[in-house]
Amino acid sequence: MSSTRERPEMAKLKIEDLKEIREKAARTRTLREGTGRARITVHMGTCGIAAGARKVMTALLEEVESRNLTDVIVTTSGCAGLCSREPMATVELLEQPPVKYADLDANRIVEILEKHVLGGEIVEAYSLGIGSERTH
Amino acid sequence: MEDLSLHILDVAENAINASASLITVEIEEREGEDLLVITICDNGKGMEPQALESALDPFYTTKEGKRIGLGLPFLAQAAREAGGDLEVRSAPGEGTEVRATFSLSHIDLKPLGDIAATLQTLMAGHPEVDFSFRYSGSDGEVVIDTRETGNGKA
Repeated sequence: MSSTRERPEMAKLKIEDLKEIREKAARTRTLREGTGRARITVHMGTCGIAAGARKVMTALLEEVESRNLTDVIVTTSGCAGLCSREPMATVELLEQPPVKYADLDANRIVEILEKHVLGGEIVEAYSLGIGSERTH
Repeated sequence: MEDLSLHILDVAENAINASASLITVEIEEREGEDLLVITICDNGKGMEPQALESALDPFYTTKEGKRIGLGLPFLAQAAREAGGDLEVRSAPGEGTEVRATFSLSHIDLKPLGDIAATLQTLMAGHPEVDFSFRYSGSDGEVVIDTRETGNGKA
């Protein structure tokens, strides 16, 4: 009854997917060399991932890449304990306390990059608090 | 989790938290055997026998201040719902291997999803860690290794 034609095609990678994987991986070379005055940590615990943290990360990486921001470090961490407010991210600027943002999406993280990381102005609409978290 | 690429990201994040310096992800489609095999290996600190025994228990976690750990149980559930299973091998100091199997023809098999975004998140987010990715399926093979492409550790 279950011929191979019936199975979901999306479970397979196609040639164009493989090409995209290669290209995206090659582009991370520059991102992996970044050193910085700013660090953005996207919380990538199980809760964050299920809530869409990877989309936030992808949007952020694309923005950092397209603006050629070599002094902005983008990284991930585990769950910070506020699973219901995910996706979350923490922004740290040199010599300033970290600021935590909650309920993010792709547009909001780009706005935060523009206003806070580049403009120096905390985006209060999405900010949760100031201070460090324990990630694990 | 919507798709398997998100589960892979989740398990790989566990490996990063376990101080791994090398994480390998393998996705193998074995059409003839009607099998999809996803293996995530790391050289992190590994698990004590008791932690390993409880790794698939959603109410077990090694994190202080938390009471649940859903990453591996979610992947185990996704595998079992698609006619497969999940195995975890680990020992202190020897890293961890997570192997999930799925029936390729199963109606409840989740899509693989955006593997490129998962790799990008891992590789760009953790330059201190090397990643090795291998996919083999009917449409070809792809191997990406940060140790070979020169974007590994300095």
